[in-house]
Amino acid sequence: MQNVLELFTGGDPEVWQITLLSLRVSGLATLISLLIGLPLGTALALGRFPGRSFLLSLINTGMALPPVVVGLVVALLLWRSGPLGGLNLMYTPAAIVIAQTIIAAPVVTGLSAAALQALDPRLRLQLLGLGASRVQMVLALWLEARLALLAALMAGFGSVISEVGASLMVGGNIRGQTRVLTTAIVLETGKGEFARAIALGVLLLALSYLVNLTLTWIQQRGARR
Amino acid sequence: MSHLLEIRDLLVRREGRTVLEIEHLAVAPGEVLAVIGPNGAGKSTLLLTLARLIEPARGEIRFEGRPLAEQDELAYRRAIALALQEPLLLDRPVFSNVAIGLRFRHLPKDEVVRRTETWLNRLGIGHLRDRPAARLSGGEARRVSLARALAIQPRLLLLDEPFAALDPPTRAGLLDDLQALLAETGQTTIFVTHDLDEALRLGDRVAVLLAGRLRQCGRPEEVFGGPADADVAAFVGMETILSGRVLACAEGRVIVDVAGRHLEAAGELAPGQAVLFCLRPEDVTLWPRDGVPASSARNRLVGRIVSLAPHGALVRVALDCGFPLLALITRASARELDLAPGMEVSASFKATAVHLIPHSLFLSSRGMMNGEEGALSWTTK
Repeated sequence: MQNVLELFTGGDPEVWQITLLSLRVSGLATLISLLIGLPLGTALALGRFPGRSFLLSLINTGMALPPVVVGLVVALLLWRSGPLGGLNLMYTPAAIVIAQTIIAAPVVTGLSAAALQALDPRLRLQLLGLGASRVQMVLALWLEARLALLAALMAGFGSVISEVGASLMVGGNIRGQTRVLTTAIVLETGKGEFARAIALGVLLLALSYLVNLTLTWIQQRGARR
Repeated sequence: MSHLLEIRDLLVRREGRTVLEIEHLAVAPGEVLAVIGPNGAGKSTLLLTLARLIEPARGEIRFEGRPLAEQDELAYRRAIALALQEPLLLDRPVFSNVAIGLRFRHLPKDEVVRRTETWLNRLGIGHLRDRPAARLSGGEARRVSLARALAIQPRLLLLDEPFAALDPPTRAGLLDDLQALLAETGQTTIFVTHDLDEALRLGDRVAVLLAGRLRQCGRPEEVFGGPADADVAAFVGMETILSGRVLACAEGRVIVDVAGRHLEAAGELAPGQAVLFCLRPEDVTLWPRDGVPASSARNRLVGRIVSLAPHGALVRVALDCGFPLLALITRASARELDLAPGMEVSASFKATAVHLIPHSLFLSSRGMMNGEEGALSWTTK
């Protein structure tokens, strides 16, 4: 228990480094997922094109992608002899970002599509009938679905901040370089350092809570408008 | 007269089915055209097509003299405004909802504020400016939706059932306000409704759309007083519609046999022609049984009162004259005549109040009426 307290009060530099890296890697992966998922989800929700249903079912399946499988595939791609081996990304934070983006993007895409599909379809006609360009219409719909879109973002972040399989496989849990909160917990537990593992677990929960608290606050401020 | 909008040979298909077919329809600048028809007649489809949100399978729409196909889609959509039947407000304050069309058009900020506030006040909702749209009543939401479209000051305004699903007092208030605003601004408007009262109140002209086809278009008194065919008559509420046959015709006077009675109507029809004999209940005058004084009314009948029913400020009297006949009279008249079911009264109506429709059309529309073969019927509103 003393160890737990020390971790929080003592300001162990390694713990802070791990925490910051977790936040940076998962935050970046979530952001990239948003940049991919929001336009793609919008196209899936509003568009009518061949293969749309198939793509939608694929995305929905992707929402439940096992992180270890993603880790395996990314590892195969980034391995020195793999197709992207020349990039030398294996066992770097960038590799974790790639893997986490693959995990979070379907979540953000699928939930964004669902959020926009939940809007009254006549709203699109009404916006166009008021003189909106296609872009203005989409922006107005995003604003209208902002609560559900923020929920999609939170779910995306939640899916990557908590995953361990992919980070471990493509990051390698290298101290000071690719060690994130989840992989550190696995390591400490393996070493029998339960107090340290618990402390890191609490930190992970606190971090996750803090990020979601912020997003929820933004969301609910929007709801009161 | 140059038209603001002109439709020629328009055909709209949806899922392989023809839902709208209009040979010709034109709207003059400043005019209010009421498009009436029952649910499913294609009224909303017409508006969506005019807003370029549905692509017609065929035909030409000209706006300000130029075919729509040659005009930039967005520029055209920004020249007009459409308000759908549901208010479809966005989850934001009222002001932001009303301003949205102006913002889409990138108007300067002070112009947006000025026009939005003007139209909020004109529709009597200035006090709701900052209220979230989700906390509005149905009538308030409808006013916001109208303000949103009117604030754009479009060259053509398209309104889909602007008064649907409102309670009567709310509807009456909004109808008064919209009538005044349209008259005051000279806003060219096409609005669709299934309510004849709204069409009469707001429309400079009325177009009747039945089963996707434009059946008649003209001034309200032309359409309501002289329906083009039996279907239009049934829809616009010529409530006494009787089946008969022309016996003789001379000097613009037609004698029609209706259930053995000889009735007179104005018109020119060949003897032997089967006709529908249409009469508005408000054109029927009632008298005491034996007290019909000399008058210009060519038709006088004795009938027994079947029922009396209040109809707003009026009383609707159903008579049996050998055929059913409806009369609409004031409560005061009903009191003075001391009317009661079973009592016999005289009924009279002018030959010019009768609208005759050749019978072949009747056959095509028998399903719309609740009478029996060859007999007489009342349509119910």
